[in-house]
Formats: sequence, structure tokens, C-alpha cells
Amino acid sequence: MRRHFRILDFALASLRRRRLKNWAIVAVYAFTVTIVSSVLLLTNAIRQEAALLLVGAPELTVQRVVGGRHAPIAVEVTETIATLPGVVEAQPRYWGYTYDAVTDSTITVIGAGPGSAELEMVEGRLPEHSTECAVGAGVAAMWGAEVGGEVILIDASTTGVLYEVVGTFAAPSDILTNDLVVMTGDEAALFLGLPEGWATDLAVRIANPAEVDTIATKIKRAFPDSRPITRSEVLRTYDAVFHWRSGMMLAMLSGGLIAFAILAWDKATGLSAEERKEIGILKAVGWDTGDVLELKMWEGVVISVTSLLLGLIAALIHVFLLGAPLLTPVLRGWSVLFPELHPVPHIDPYLLVSIAFLTVVPYVAATVAPSWKAAITDPDSVVRG
Amino acid sequence: MILHPGVLGLLIGGAVVVALMVVGSLVGLQILRAWDPSSSSENQLALERRTYLVSALVGVALWIEIGSALLFVHTAEDLHELFVGAMCATGSLNANPVGWWVLATKGAMVLLFPVWLALNGLDQRAGDYPVVRLKYGLLVVLTPIALADLVLQIQYFRGIRPDIITSCCGSLFSESGDHLTSDLASVPAAGALPLFGLASAIFLAALAWARFGRRPVSMGVVAVLAPVILGIGIASIISFVSVAYYELPTHHCPFDLFQGSSRYVGYPLLISLVTAVVSAALPGILHPLARRSDLDGLVAKSEKKWLTVSVAAYSVFLVFAVWPLVFGNLALELM
Repeated sequence: MRRHFRILDFALASLRRRRLKNWAIVAVYAFTVTIVSSVLLLTNAIRQEAALLLVGAPELTVQRVVGGRHAPIAVEVTETIATLPGVVEAQPRYWGYTYDAVTDSTITVIGAGPGSAELEMVEGRLPEHSTECAVGAGVAAMWGAEVGGEVILIDASTTGVLYEVVGTFAAPSDILTNDLVVMTGDEAALFLGLPEGWATDLAVRIANPAEVDTIATKIKRAFPDSRPITRSEVLRTYDAVFHWRSGMMLAMLSGGLIAFAILAWDKATGLSAEERKEIGILKAVGWDTGDVLELKMWEGVVISVTSLLLGLIAALIHVFLLGAPLLTPVLRGWSVLFPELHPVPHIDPYLLVSIAFLTVVPYVAATVAPSWKAAITDPDSVVRG
Repeated sequence: MILHPGVLGLLIGGAVVVALMVVGSLVGLQILRAWDPSSSSENQLALERRTYLVSALVGVALWIEIGSALLFVHTAEDLHELFVGAMCATGSLNANPVGWWVLATKGAMVLLFPVWLALNGLDQRAGDYPVVRLKYGLLVVLTPIALADLVLQIQYFRGIRPDIITSCCGSLFSESGDHLTSDLASVPAAGALPLFGLASAIFLAALAWARFGRRPVSMGVVAVLAPVILGIGIASIISFVSVAYYELPTHHCPFDLFQGSSRYVGYPLLISLVTAVVSAALPGILHPLARRSDLDGLVAKSEKKWLTVSVAAYSVFLVFAVWPLVFGNLALELM
């Protein structure tokens, strides 16, 4: 064991002697790790955000489909659904979008009620009258709206409607509430132009998660034009989409990874005269090829660990402190009123292993043969020059 | 499903392993063809130098492969969220049964690679390369397995789609199914636990006998016991260890032990069991080499080390296997 530590000690001294060359490799290596880790950390954070967002969502959402498109659904359907065994309650939901030409942004309007998401009020209360509304953090900041102030929104008949702001709210997930305006259920239906007795979709609460699929099948059978969507389906879709997006990014980065492996190969192959002489002297004083190979291996380990740590720290700062400005437009989509992402710092060991496989493995593979080439240096020829 | 970070990592790792193994085998074959230990020619010297290249290539491939086996289990675990009906890695593997073959090839690599490494260690320390032919012969067996592993992985990940409805551990490891796994799950703790205790006692006693007695027959006995212990260890995990960890008498799935909810206890269980079994088998497999005068001392020294590692690893396995039985909340009916 002591022998290995001594070789490691020698490796560290040897790396220090060629500081400039090794820092150049570490810089490129760490940059590669930063890019790969940023993609994985950000995707993971968005997936967690999405999971958080859906915690309060109904187990089942029922939409009506006409000609393959989402269409309003009759509120009376809730009565039939509520009678199904296992259903706790079925409520209509009124929501939709409105375009605000002044700020050039799209706003989500939703009716307050049991079916809407769980909202945590920062200030004020939820609307109780048709002339009131509550707004999300993004909308409030954009309009400079405060509790007690007024906002004008354009309804379905393109008429401006004046509302009094009675509350601002936050939610566990920014994604959910940033662009949201909450009104009373009836007012939201009127504002969005839904005919009386019709809702955007239905929220169905089910007590036992094991019954969700069966109830969805029963609803589909009773109302053939309906489309029941389970919460787990939405979660699975989010997972698949974000895995795919990060995989796509990594696939695009594969060219960079190959370039990095070639650089590592090149740097490891191009031994300076001084290095060759050093290895020659080591062998002349009794080191064998195996010892020199171990020395090279330790050098690789030190470079890899340093770069991995530096790259990871840079990625953590990029994603969790700066909000991943370089990657969010690609991974998340874009919009004027997109929430700022402040994901909770979380490091999954699985991510670390994946990052190591995507960066360290190509580096190690690229340096094996050059290390061997260096290790078999003939002391006689080198020392004689 | 190829575009998943874990899957990409596995495929890059698999491709690197195959590349290293193929180059290693080709160089190994070159060495085998012209190897002449009695010669002091320049050619022989060059070949001797190349043995270091093969050792370095295969050594790196081995460590990547061990990491890859663990990454595969965890990726299968992670992917289960994408499938209807899947609750753990069993569901992901059932989504495309090729996955079970990937698991088998990875298992074969993890069990065979250490034999190669041990041979290589002896060969390099002996100084005059006494087991070069055996070493490179084994490499010719290992490389096709590495290649099969990569091809099967690609087939597996290409074949799984999120719209597949899969069956999970509830059916595969149920006590009423007609699979081998169901038979294992239905073995009552009352029968399995004493058998496990007895087998462990015999195994540890045999290890101690081999470690201190150092007779060839004792090494042989331990080597024969090793695969039996692997089987009994896995059967015990399915039969009662998993149940004790989940504190759920009907749930026998070993893959749930690899989940965060079980505190990833599956990893130390698996790693310690495999380490114990492999290092117990090594002395029996490599003892015949001790007959060579140039390897006698080296083999004896290595055998001691392997047997000590085996005792330590099996003790760790026992602690993890017995812990929930002693300190858990579930009382298993043993009478």
C-alpha cells in the first residue's frame, strides 16, 4: 500500500512540474464536465419541479374531444362521474388563455374552486366576487399590480374588463403560478366565453390510486367523446420528454466529447523531451514498466478527479445559483412570461455516475495506449539522447 | 429510449469496453502467436512490453464493466417510472425481456473478469510471464461476451417504449406464480432461514479451514461451495431478506432493495455477496498453478489474501442480510 502512495506522491510532483500543460487539460476537461452536468442537473431539477407541480393535481382530468381537438365539456357530466364507485368528487374547471397586447405575453386565466391548483397566498385573499381577481408573482411584477389595485384584461369578445386585485399568491412551483390570474369560477367561464353549463375540463378526485385506471375506463365507456388523463400519465410524459430533451442535448454534445477524447489522446501522446528523459531515468534507477504505467494511471486519476470536482462545482453554480441561463431556452421552451427557475439544489448519486460515464470513461480510454507508449520508453536511448 | 442520460452513459461505456477488449485481444493473439519465453530476441522483448498494454487495456475495461453493471441496474430502476405497471427494475426488464439477457451477460463478465485480473497479477509479479497463454486464451472467451453485452444492450434500449404495459415484481415474485422466482418467493422463512444459517456456517468454516489449513482439497471445497452460496444467498434475499427490509410479508422483489426507499441496501448486499463468492472461488481455480516452481510462493500469498477478502466480504453480507431480521419491525414466523 505504501508503495502505491509513494507513486501517487511522485505523480503529484510530476504534475506540478508541468503545471501549464496539465491545467490546460483540466480546463478543457472541467468545461466538458460542466456542460454535461449542467444538462443533467437542470433536467433533473425541471422533472422534480414538474412532479411538485402535480402533487396537488387531481388524480384524473376528463376532457372532451371533438374532431381530435380539446373542446368544452358539459358540467352535468360531473353528476354521472360522481356516482361511480371510488370517486370522491368531480368538479368542473374553467381555464384558458388570454393575450395581453401591451406586454406581449400570454396569461393563464383560471376559475377558483376545488378543481384548481393549491395556491398559497402571499398577500390578500382569493376572489369572491365577479369583479375581483388574484394574480401570480410574474403577472404582478409585470403589471406592477398590488393588492387593492386594478387590472384590465381582454375577454373572449375582445372587450377590456376591469378587475380589482384582491390577492397575490405563490405556489411550491413557480411554473404553475407565474403567469396565472385567478377569478371566480362563473366569472372565468364568462371571461373565456364558455357557454353556460360548459366547462374547460373536469377534475376527478379518487381516493384509491389503484382504482384510477378502472375509473378512467368506465368514464370513457360512459362518454365515448371524453378523454380521461391520469396524473401518472402526465408525470410519465414529463419524465419521457425531459429525459429525451437531455438525451438529445447530450447526443448533440457527443461531437464535443469526441473532440475532448482526441485532445486527451493527443496530449497524452505528445511527450516532451523532458518527460521522456524523466521516465528514462526512472527506469534506469530501477522502476519497471508496470510502475511507470501506475504513475501514469495516478496522473490520470488526479486530473480526472480535479476536473470532475471543478466541473461539478461550476455546473452547480450555473444551474442552481444562476438559473442555467445558457440552457433553459433549449430545455424548457420559451415564453415572455416564463418563470425564473430556482431549482432546489439536489445531487443524485445516479447523476454523478452518469456524468462520470459520459466524461471520465472516454478520457481514460483515450489515455491507456499513450500511457503504455510512455511507460515502455527505453532508458538507454533516452538517457544517451 | 436511447436518448436517456443513463442509457447514453451505458452505451458509451459498453462501446469503450468492446473497443478496449478487441484491441487487447488482437494484441494478445499477436503475442500468443510469436511467444517464445526461451528467446532473448528483440521481437520477444517487444512482445513482453506489449503484455503491459494488454493488461492496462483489459484492466481499465474491467473496472468500467463493473461500474456499468451497477449503472445498468440503477438505470433499469430509474426507467421504471416511464412504464405503465412498472414499480421497479423488474418492470423495466419485463418491458423488453432482452434486458434479462443483458443482466446475465453483465453477471458473467463481473464473475469472470476477476479471474483474469488475478491471473494477470500473478503473471506480472512472477517476472518471467509464466501464464501468458492461459491469460490470453481467457481473453478470447471474454471479448465475445463483452461484444454480446453491447449488442444486447442496444437491442434492449431500442426495444423499450413508454407505451408498453409491463408486468412488475408483484407478478414475477409472487408466491403463486409458476416461475422459478415464484418458487423461491414461496419458500417459507421457517425453512429458508435455517438453511441459510447452516450454509453460511459451513461456508465460513470452510473458508477458515482453507485460510489456515492451506490444503489443496480445502481450496477445492471452498471453490465448489462458492456457486452454491451464491445461489443460496440470492434465494435468501428473495425469500426472506427482502421481506424483512420491506416489512411486508408478501413482497419478495429483490430489485426494490436498490431503490432509495430501501436506502439502496441492495448495492452493499450484492457487492459483498459477489466479492465473497468470487474471492472464495479464486484459490480453488488458480491453485493448480502453485505446482509451477516460479509461481509457488506468489500463489500461496495471493490465496491467503483472497480468502481473507472472502471472509470479510461474506461477514459484511451477513450483517446486511441479518440486520432487518434482528432490528426490523417485522417478526417472521419461524415455528
